[in-house]
Amino acid sequence: MKPAPFDYVRPSSLAEACALLAEDEDARVIAGGQTLVPMLAMRLARPARLIDILRLPELSGIRKEEGAIVVGATTRQASAERDPVIRASVPMLARVLPWVGHPPTRNRGTVGGSIANADPSAEIPLVAVTLGAEIMLATPDGPSAMPADDFFIGPMLTTINPGECVSAIRFPVWSHRRVGVGFFEISARRSDFAFVAAAAQVALDDDGRCIEVALGVGGVGDRPLRLDMSPLLGGKLDSASINEAVNAASVDLDAMSDLHASAAYRRRVAVALCGRALAQARVNATAKSIGGAP
Amino acid sequence: MKVNLRINGVNRSADVEPRKTLLDALRENFLLNGTHAGCEHGVCGACTVLVDGEPVRSCLMFAVQSDGYDITTIEGLAPAPGELGVLQDAFCETHGLQCGYCTPGMILAAHALLQHTLTPTRDDIVEAISGNICRCTGYGQIIEAVEFAAARLRIANTPRPQHGMPAEADKPVVEAK
Repeated sequence: MKPAPFDYVRPSSLAEACALLAEDEDARVIAGGQTLVPMLAMRLARPARLIDILRLPELSGIRKEEGAIVVGATTRQASAERDPVIRASVPMLARVLPWVGHPPTRNRGTVGGSIANADPSAEIPLVAVTLGAEIMLATPDGPSAMPADDFFIGPMLTTINPGECVSAIRFPVWSHRRVGVGFFEISARRSDFAFVAAAAQVALDDDGRCIEVALGVGGVGDRPLRLDMSPLLGGKLDSASINEAVNAASVDLDAMSDLHASAAYRRRVAVALCGRALAQARVNATAKSIGGAP
Repeated sequence: MKVNLRINGVNRSADVEPRKTLLDALRENFLLNGTHAGCEHGVCGACTVLVDGEPVRSCLMFAVQSDGYDITTIEGLAPAPGELGVLQDAFCETHGLQCGYCTPGMILAAHALLQHTLTPTRDDIVEAISGNICRCTGYGQIIEAVEFAAARLRIANTPRPQHGMPAEADKPVVEAK
């Protein structure tokens, strides 16, 4: 349980970090280290050099942009969980963060680290894909961005190239007055990896009709998946229409099978949790019209 | 590599290999053996310390990463050598420990919770120690210990009713910070 030797570098700028990453293919980024350090301890990873980006000022902080909230890659999961801007504007992220690890790991673990790690059952990538967030990258040629749906390509696999590093995540903000979220997950123990997680966000008009909807599942496929819920638009989100839409969208849901849960179980639970998440989102959105409470 | 830390209020420095965890540095370089090495891969919580006041797992952090941070270990919670803090005392009184291996981590996690609130719900306590595994006492008495310590700290911080004054002061609960 002791890592193999490595060099440790703490660059003073993002450009320097990218240059260091580009020149050495055995170098790896470390930020919170809550996944990487166990991998090193078990010697499942043996990088020659660790580039510590945690203290780079360019990567921290949460800022508002037109129609979006940009969360710096090294924002601690615990700070994001407590952040009033995220709670008000990206409620789905605020809703899932208590399910990410335990308080001590959230105090070190970062939002960008969870994205770059790309665990198929992780909650933050699920939110990014479900809401259609953009992953902002620092590259040797300058900043670039790509949709979360294109960024994740498989279990622990992303399209990131050597010399690049996740710099921020741009979460779209729904400006509708009545927005509600729902989230459910099943795991062996609270805070363990989810066998299935489902996240939903809906916006309702004054008559309670659905004007925008997003639904995603994690832990089922080899990466988080967004399900097409467009048949629900304009409807009242009653349980019959939710069931119909979820069943239709999950017909060709590719589910993984492993020691913990079979593909059939995952698909069955995904359908159930998707329905519950949508119903919960509807209830939360409806509640906004009465007291105006979040 | 040289690291400078503030440990339990004292500035310390050491020369460590980059691969040395904060846990091993605390135990081997600074001889603070109250921080326990359990699983050494971030599962059990026995190595929990406070970094800038918040609980983290010292086995999931390299000593070089913690350069410049303020670290509190279990040794830093006792008011004086040979004495126990309120929370430590509560663990003894409620039989919140048997073998004691998980205890430093449990106490530091609970200490951080009580720094945020002196009126934690049972759910708050369960969540705060959810990353700490105990294999002998069972969690019931540990939760009881934290509730007991919170109650004592609340009383300690509540103004006493004085002669000739209304006994209103019995009621309010003072929030920490």
